[in-house]
Amino acid sequence: MLDVVNLTHTYGSGPDAHRALGGIDLKVSEGELVCVVGPSGCGKSTLLRSIAGLVRPTGGEVRVKGRPVSGTPDDLAVVFQDYSRSLFPWLSVRDNVALPLRRRGLDRAARRAAAAEALAAVSLESAAAKYPWQLSGGMQQRVAIARALAYRPSLLLMDEPFGSVDAQTREDLEDLVLAVRGHHRMTIVLITHDIDESVYVGDRVVVLTRAPAVVAADLRVDLPGPRDQIATRELPAFVHLRAEVSRLVRGRPEFGPEEFNTVPPHTTTSPLVKTPSHLTKE
Amino acid sequence: MTNTAVRGVRWAGRARGLAVRLWTVPVVVAVWEVAARAVESVYFPPPSAILARLRELWFSGPPARLFLSDAAIADFVPSLGHLFGGWALACLGGIALGVAIGRSRTLAGYVDPLIEFGRAIPPPTLIPLFIVLFKADTRMQLATIVYGVIWPVLVNSVDGARYVDRLHIETARVFGLSRAERLVMVILPAAAPKIFAGLRLSLSLALILMVVAELVGSATSGIGYELIYTQQNFDLPGMWGTIAVLGVLGFLLNSSFLVVERRTLSWHRRAGRKG
Repeated sequence: MLDVVNLTHTYGSGPDAHRALGGIDLKVSEGELVCVVGPSGCGKSTLLRSIAGLVRPTGGEVRVKGRPVSGTPDDLAVVFQDYSRSLFPWLSVRDNVALPLRRRGLDRAARRAAAAEALAAVSLESAAAKYPWQLSGGMQQRVAIARALAYRPSLLLMDEPFGSVDAQTREDLEDLVLAVRGHHRMTIVLITHDIDESVYVGDRVVVLTRAPAVVAADLRVDLPGPRDQIATRELPAFVHLRAEVSRLVRGRPEFGPEEFNTVPPHTTTSPLVKTPSHLTKE
Repeated sequence: MTNTAVRGVRWAGRARGLAVRLWTVPVVVAVWEVAARAVESVYFPPPSAILARLRELWFSGPPARLFLSDAAIADFVPSLGHLFGGWALACLGGIALGVAIGRSRTLAGYVDPLIEFGRAIPPPTLIPLFIVLFKADTRMQLATIVYGVIWPVLVNSVDGARYVDRLHIETARVFGLSRAERLVMVILPAAAPKIFAGLRLSLSLALILMVVAELVGSATSGIGYELIYTQQNFDLPGMWGTIAVLGVLGFLLNSSFLVVERRTLSWHRRAGRKG
């Protein structure tokens, strides 16, 4: 579905040049939900913007369904972190969701029907006639998700989608993503700085190093589904994996990626104590 | 309470608000009337005399024509035609050019200094040139209005189009909106609050320049022409009447524009109030 081959990107040139990506290789197969984590400023967003065709990378290649990306791919939707700037304030919620469907060749009635269906999927059918700025932050982000769903992309990119909402809303939105993904069989790449979240929603967690970013580790998340905010997070495998990702993100990989994949699922960490990630001690 | 009743109460409230705001107008007119009668200066005729002269001049027509006389139609139609024609041309040109400049850094680099120079020229100074070019007819009046009022529209459109949120544009690109769709569905609405500010400013400028062009040109009809004609014939009530008509016209233009702006930009006003 998605192939990223030796992707490099440098902003600017000369002594002020900033190498954001230092050669990223990433493969995502159809139907997978891959979370990308990394230290802040490591180039996660640059990676996402390169996949979306919003940035022309200085080196390497991005292929979606085998075709190299030039411009924005047809079959791709993005949910941005900043919902308030990504939704159009002059359009109603319904029109925001329906706007991209013009490209799908649907007539007005069909666009409205598709928008209504997508809004129902995020439980916002009653807000269709409102304007985005009349809704709470979490509801606005649900509108943005509905817009992406209505578009029916085969690849959905999410750029820190839950970074600007409160903790409770965040959990609800995580479960929403897991639910809609089950229904729509989309491939999703979700960028986040939240390690817990990456392990909770992901099938795989890809850890990037500091800029210039390369892939530090690519971990398979073997947690039983369906996931549950409380039960899943207290599983020893979850706690262990979260600690591992945490170490990798801080750039102190005690375990190399290969070595990690052979580590037994049970470790000394107590499943009952949820250690805050910044206190995790090796 | 029923809907109609609610609406009735709201209208009553609005009428009361209007009365509170407007009570000074009849008071000032009454004071002016008394003072003018006391002074008996030919330069300051009382409002009653001005109104009587106005009626004679322009408003003695049949009720079906809103009391407009033939003379009124002969004066108002060309004046308003120039005003709206010039304004509309300036709006179209200003928005088109402004959005293009706002979206293209290269174009902006070339034309920014020209715009700065062009808008620094006071519009009436070009009237002699336009008279030479266009022989003081309709085209000269249109040129004066267009040249004078295009700048606020242009500068505001450049500003509005230049600072469209990058994320709006990127969202539109990601979801595959074509260039034309991006322009119509994203850039123009996003720039609309700024553009409307320019349009409103240019509408009041258009009225000023309409009068100026009629004063200096060799017009044979029009409100500005009537102003200079009454003055030259020492018809001071007529001159005052023309001034009053121009004032009312400016007020009506601005109020109607505000109504349209409120409707079009209601999202902007309400979103701004909330956040």
